[in-house]
Formats: sequence, C-alpha cells, structure tokens
Amino acid sequence: MAEAAIKSGCRHFFGYPITPQTEVAAYMAKRMPKIGGTYLQAESEIAAINMVLGAASAGVRVMTSSSSPGISLKTEGISYIAGSDLPCLIINVQRGGPGLGGIQPSQADYWQATRATGHGDFHILVFAPSTIQEMVDLVYTAYDKADEYRMPAMILADGMLGQMMEPVEFPEKEADQKIEKPWATTGHQNKRAHNIVNSLYLDPNELEQKVVERFKRYERIKEKEPLAEEYLVDDADIVLVSFGATSRIVKSAVNSARAMGIKAGMIRPITLWPFPEKAIQKAADTVSCFMSVEMSMGQMVDDVRLAVNGKKPVYFFGRTGGIIPSPAEVLEQIQKTMGGAK
Amino acid sequence: MIQSSKRITIVTGHYGSGKTNFAVNLAVDFCKAGKKAVLVDLDIVNPYFRSADFKGLLGRMGIEMICPTYANTNLDIPALGADIYSVFRKDDSRSVIFDVGGDDAGAAALGRYAKLIQEEAFDMLYVVNRYRYLTRQPREALEVLREIEAASRLAATGVVNNSNLGGQTTAQDILDALAYGRSVASLAGIPLVAATAERRLAAQIPDPAVYPVDLYVLPPWEEKKLPF
Repeated sequence: MAEAAIKSGCRHFFGYPITPQTEVAAYMAKRMPKIGGTYLQAESEIAAINMVLGAASAGVRVMTSSSSPGISLKTEGISYIAGSDLPCLIINVQRGGPGLGGIQPSQADYWQATRATGHGDFHILVFAPSTIQEMVDLVYTAYDKADEYRMPAMILADGMLGQMMEPVEFPEKEADQKIEKPWATTGHQNKRAHNIVNSLYLDPNELEQKVVERFKRYERIKEKEPLAEEYLVDDADIVLVSFGATSRIVKSAVNSARAMGIKAGMIRPITLWPFPEKAIQKAADTVSCFMSVEMSMGQMVDDVRLAVNGKKPVYFFGRTGGIIPSPAEVLEQIQKTMGGAK
Repeated sequence: MIQSSKRITIVTGHYGSGKTNFAVNLAVDFCKAGKKAVLVDLDIVNPYFRSADFKGLLGRMGIEMICPTYANTNLDIPALGADIYSVFRKDDSRSVIFDVGGDDAGAAALGRYAKLIQEEAFDMLYVVNRYRYLTRQPREALEVLREIEAASRLAATGVVNNSNLGGQTTAQDILDALAYGRSVASLAGIPLVAATAERRLAAQIPDPAVYPVDLYVLPPWEEKKLPF
C-alpha cells in the first residue's frame, strides 16, 4: 500500500504508529527520505491528520494511515478536510473494538467509515480491497477519485490484509496526476486572487449552499462510482454479501456449498461508499435470500437491507472481537438457512 | 537438512521474509533427525503470523515452544518471559531455535540475550526474500542485515535465501533468485547456508544449497495440508 501510494505520486506521509498497520509507517520512514519526500511521525493521530489537511490544501498527494482507535482520533480532522473539499488518502487497517478493543482483524468500523468519519453532513469515498493486489490497485483509484471529486478517500482494510504476504504487480510507470488543482494554496505570486481553503461559513445560507452542492456531487458519485464483484450470482438461490478478507472465506464456503448442490453466490462490494446498491437490487429479483457475512455484529447488513428494500429476507452471520469466521462456519450457516428456506 | 553442530540457531530477517515459516520447518526437521528441539518465539513487534500460532501442532510432535507472555492475546505488550533463560543452560541437550521479529526493530529483543548467546557457539541465519520490497537488491538486503546486527549486538553467520511468492511460487522464481542469494552472502562475507524451495518444487532446483520446506504460514481461507 505504501509503495503504491508512492507510485501514485504521494510524497508526504504523516502518521502515528498503531498495530496492525505500523509497517506502513515503517516503510514510509525508510523510503520517503530516499525519494525527496516527507515522512513525519506526528505527536498524535490528531496532529497527523491536521498535517494532512495542510498538505492537501497545497494540492499535493498526501496520506495518513492508522488502525481503528487511531482513526477515531482523526475524525475531527477528516471532517475539516471534507468541509474544505480537499483530496487525501486515509488508510484504516481495522482491529477489534470498541475502545482499545484488540489487535486482531475486524470489520467493525464499517458504520464509522460509511456514515460517521466525523461530524457534519458529508461522505468520504471508501474502498474495501480483498487481496494485496487489489489494495495496491485501489490506492491508485482512491487518489484519482479523491482528486476528481475533491474529497477524502479511505482504504478500509483489516488486520489480516494488513499483515499477510501476497505477490503483487505494480504498474511500470508512476501514475499521471491528470487533475488540475487551481484551488491549491501554492502562492499567488501577484498573478491571481488568493486561494482560500476553509470549512467555516459564518452565513448559514452560504453553508447550506456549500453542503447542498457537495451532496449533488455525491449523487453523481453514487451513479458513476459503485464497484462490486459478482461471483456465481446469476443462478444463485442464496447470495452472500461480504467484503475485504472475509469475502475470501465466503468464496471458499460458496464453492463448498456449490459442491454440495446448494446454489450459492456472492456479491462483494469493493466500494462501501458509494454502496453498490444496484448489484444487490438486481440480484433481489432472482434469489431467494441474502446473507451478509462480516467480522462484526452486523453493520453492512443495514446497507444490504436498504438496497433489498424488503423484497427478500436478509440474514446475517458474523464473528467479532478479532475472531475470523472459518469457511466451515460460513458453510454451516448456508446449509442451515437453505434447509430452513425450503 | 541444514547441517549444524551448534546448539543455538537464530533466525532473523526483514518483515515478511519468511522467518517464521523457515523456523517452523527447521524445528520439524530437527525433530525428525531425532534432536530434542525447542522453538523460541521472540517476536514482540508483530502479533500476526508468528511461531506461537503453531504451538499446538509442534507440541504434538514433541517440539517445545517458548512464547512471549501475551502472544496471541489482545494485549499489545512486548513481554518476554523468564522461561527463555532456561535455554541458556550449557548442559541443555535441546536444540534451540530463536524466531526473531522483523528488521532491527524485532532484533532489539534479541540484543537482550546477546551476552548469554555469545558464551557458546551459535548460528545466526539471515533470511532474505528477493521478492520483498526494501530487500530486492543485494545491497539493500545488506543494509537491513547491518541494522539487525547492530540492534541485536550479534553477527550473522549465514544467509538463507528464502525467495518466494507464497503459494504462487514457480520453480523459475526460485531459479531466478539463486544468484541474488549468493550475492547477498558474498556482500555480507558469510556463507549461503540454504536456498529454500517449497517441497513440490525442490526437485526442479539443481542447486546444492536447496532446502525443501513446507508451507505452514497460510491465510485462514487456504486449506492447510500439513505433513503431520
């Protein structure tokens, strides 16, 4: 992820160590000085995210990385960045919560990432990779989309993805940064008016107008940007919905179910916001039920239910606290559900 | 089989170079060769994919494990237990393998035992994987080794070329990395002790240093086909 960010043109990293993502910072600490970039371990997560705000104001590609409790600390700054219409990349390698929770993998920050990365009316782009290759690819996408829509993007990974090893291929060339940033505070040199980056609007009418404009942008994003992988959905009776590392366990379970004659399929949201509603809605016409499988007590299941809109039953299975569901456990849930449904 | 007359073998390397997988293989092979083995998980910098994960499996083979006090719990505290000192008794007949944490950060924990280790002959193996960023060039690998040596206050005695791409490794990947391993060893001025190859590929590697290994360290969605 760190190397992908560098290859995307990121030369500024501000962070604070926390398990299980400290390797991102450690990598940046080694690489950034060698390529003329900035690596700074801030005194806290709050300081780090405000440094991201500053660098993003200047129009450069910048990132920060943390894990669940650290992201909670960053939420104030994320809200300011969103309120200032600035692009940046935030990595969350999730661990168990709430509170200090644990250090094992989790997906219990889904609500936070998709609904509440800070106060106020706003969204951020949320990408959920399921392989290390996709993690690399989505870093490029996240930077491009953040620039295009002038908003923060998050890679929502989990401890398992953050710590495992898998071969990846990087594109040969460094990414082109196609988007012009005429709003960046790069010095006016008496040639243009001052650029002002700000999230404070004293006139409520002006603030409302800003927020409404932002939400019009969100509508365009919801139309154009949702991404999902569909696996054996066309003839499926039961569709499991799952993201990140969990989707790889679910895929194993779906394959086992198929081998037993149960027509199971999977929809894997790759963007969590915007949520790929249409893929779910389409499946809702043909399947008999859905099951959301998560490393949490059930968060994404809300979005699945909203998309299904009562057309079909939506079930849930999850483990939490840092426990990874096993393929056998998921298969058992499929068998139970399909046994009961018939 | 890696020939060693030394009682203590230390496994060090860059994050993700495959130290734990190598250390577990070494312990299993020592056991198969009739040695009484003890594997010490000394990793207090990374709570995932560690020797302690294999305590049950190794226990069934009669391989003893010593782990950090809070390994595999949610407590992120780097505590090393007093039981580690039990391996430094010179009349101890057990073969001791230390699985050390990644980079100099992980090797700092080893430094605490440097004086005790130096009281007798030992092997300190430096595990390298050409396919990992930050150690792709021999000189980069040397830089990481020197940092590990400084932090551990111990000098490496051999290089283990563990170049691999996990389950997707081909024989060609290993062949392509053989020269790299020798180059790292020659730059460091120590011998190349082994070039690992997953057992299914080992026959295709015509190199005297080839050391067949099994894959123990796997993500949870990959079925474990363990040899015991």
